[in-house]
Amino acid sequence: MSETLTAPSRAPLGRRIKRFMADRPLVPLIILLVALVVILQIMRPGIVNERWIANTVKFAIPLAILAGCQTLTMLTGGIDLSVSTVATMSAFVMASLAGHYGAPAAIVIALIPPLLIGLLNGVGAGIFRVHPLIMTLGTGLIGAGCLQVYQRSVIATGTKIPDFLTWLGTGLTYGFPNALLLFIPIAALIIFTLSRTGFGRLLYAVGDNEKATRLSGVLYGQVIIALYMASSLLAGVAGLLYVGLIKAPSSLSLAEPLLLPSVAAAVVGGTSIFGGRGGYTGTIVGALILTVLTTLLTILQMPEGARRILFGLIILLVTAAYLRIVEDR
Amino acid sequence: MSRLLRRNGWVAGLLALFAVLLVLTKIIQPGYGAGDFGSLARAGLPFAFAVAAQAVVVIAGGIDLSVASMMALTSVTAASMMNGASEEYALFVVPFVLAMGFVLGAVNGILIVVTRVPDIVVTLAMLFVLQGAALLVLDAPGGAAAEWLKASITGTLPFPFLPDAVTAWLPNALVLLVVCLCVVWIPLKRSRLGLSLYAIGSSELAAFRSGVPVARTRIIAYGLAGLFGAMGGLSLTMSTGIGAPIPGPYLMASVAAVVLGGVVLGGGRGGLLGPIIAVFVLRLVRTDLTLMAIDPNVTSIIEGAIMVAVVMFGAFIAIRGRPA
Repeated sequence: MSETLTAPSRAPLGRRIKRFMADRPLVPLIILLVALVVILQIMRPGIVNERWIANTVKFAIPLAILAGCQTLTMLTGGIDLSVSTVATMSAFVMASLAGHYGAPAAIVIALIPPLLIGLLNGVGAGIFRVHPLIMTLGTGLIGAGCLQVYQRSVIATGTKIPDFLTWLGTGLTYGFPNALLLFIPIAALIIFTLSRTGFGRLLYAVGDNEKATRLSGVLYGQVIIALYMASSLLAGVAGLLYVGLIKAPSSLSLAEPLLLPSVAAAVVGGTSIFGGRGGYTGTIVGALILTVLTTLLTILQMPEGARRILFGLIILLVTAAYLRIVEDR
Repeated sequence: MSRLLRRNGWVAGLLALFAVLLVLTKIIQPGYGAGDFGSLARAGLPFAFAVAAQAVVVIAGGIDLSVASMMALTSVTAASMMNGASEEYALFVVPFVLAMGFVLGAVNGILIVVTRVPDIVVTLAMLFVLQGAALLVLDAPGGAAAEWLKASITGTLPFPFLPDAVTAWLPNALVLLVVCLCVVWIPLKRSRLGLSLYAIGSSELAAFRSGVPVARTRIIAYGLAGLFGAMGGLSLTMSTGIGAPIPGPYLMASVAAVVLGGVVLGGGRGGLLGPIIAVFVLRLVRTDLTLMAIDPNVTSIIEGAIMVAVVMFGAFIAIRGRPA
């Protein structure tokens, strides 16, 4: 192995770097992340310190969890556009019940509506074969409506965020965000599921060639239902965490601004929107990149419009460059 | 043959649904008349253009998430150009904005073709870009619209040879919509280009192998979507008299109505007529629910449920109808 590498007739350097990156898709992403941080440090010397890193991680975590929903569903060639509604839903239901029933019961109850929406998504996409984009869009609309009706009925009780969620969302322990306590197990579970379990392999298989997986006896409907329920559950958890971070329990559009970035994070992280290719580690780095990028654009003190333009262009540029690196062999 | 029948059957079914809803509206609110129908047409106008834009792209096998932002950008551009300008100046503004819409839409298409990034991602990125551009043009709702533009979508058109009772049900907004769409769509659909649109939507590879210029057709499809989006933006400015930089709920609505209108996501099937009728069906449902004094929040539940139910039903029929 080392002999071939040091052989005189080796490929030109550029070609080898490209091949190296294509084999390890994570490397260019991490380089980009580091580059962004360095640019930030040059523009505002001293901004990159422990507190800043902890803050960035804190804000990237809810995005990363929601982007996890997109990653999982995109692996099968789907997408889940109901995540923002689901996250808002679980957060609001929890906040409205916490005062009355106590935090643990409220959290458990708050995760029921996400599961129902996930079930509906799964049945629609898996059994009735509705395009996931449409299905999740529709259930998102239904969920938002239900939430508004529900809000009317509990408007008198007020909302409350349990101290535990505030601690989890905003707190730091030895400089590390407490949210990592929740995120690391979730991330480990997703990565383990995708790479080591049969279910994970089924997701890749379904996304790669649905017909072949059906013919080889996979119960497509069940896989999809389980997938969308898992995705909704994740979104619900992300909502609970996010409300602890943002502290706006009565907002009915709490997680709405995270919807499109969650899709972007998964795509930037190298997950193919057509299915069958990608993974969660890339998505995590993608979520970090987007969060750092947002900070960077805020610091530039440009008008809001110019910031959005740059954000859009950079997403496009990164995705295009990434595809070129990974696919041109 | 049977596919043709089914496709037309879908449009006919929608028309029947629309008629049933009109009758229902008349029952709920006996006073519902031509004037209310006019305001329905006016309210549905931006939605109809958004849906037309989405339909063209979906037929060609893509999807355009930037529709609502395109409408916001063209709307604020028109409103800020007409602000304080003479009435005649608007004659120049309208073609300019339409051309801008076409070019920006074509940029979508060019980016998709050149970068080979999936269409969802490109148009998602363009959503941010166009939205940002709209904020740069106007950072708060403002601007103005020429009086003759505003007047062109109110009232009714006096057709000769037709009794007043009939023309009362032909609001200007509806006439404008039909004219705008027909001028673009009918020549297109009969041309080689129209055939190519359906061809690349139905099978890109087959289209490519039979000599269809896939890249050029795709760019034109997105350009047309931009053109319809610009029409939608202009109609927004026309009906409100100002331009608002924050996109309205047109993205979700356009996808919903496109699917409801019988255009298959994935491309190659459907037309413009179905989605346009679907828009008015959805608008009328909303009117009915308001007239029935139902909580407006329940309305969005019902809208979502209709969308999901209809699509599930359609998918169910497709599964049944497929040769085993």
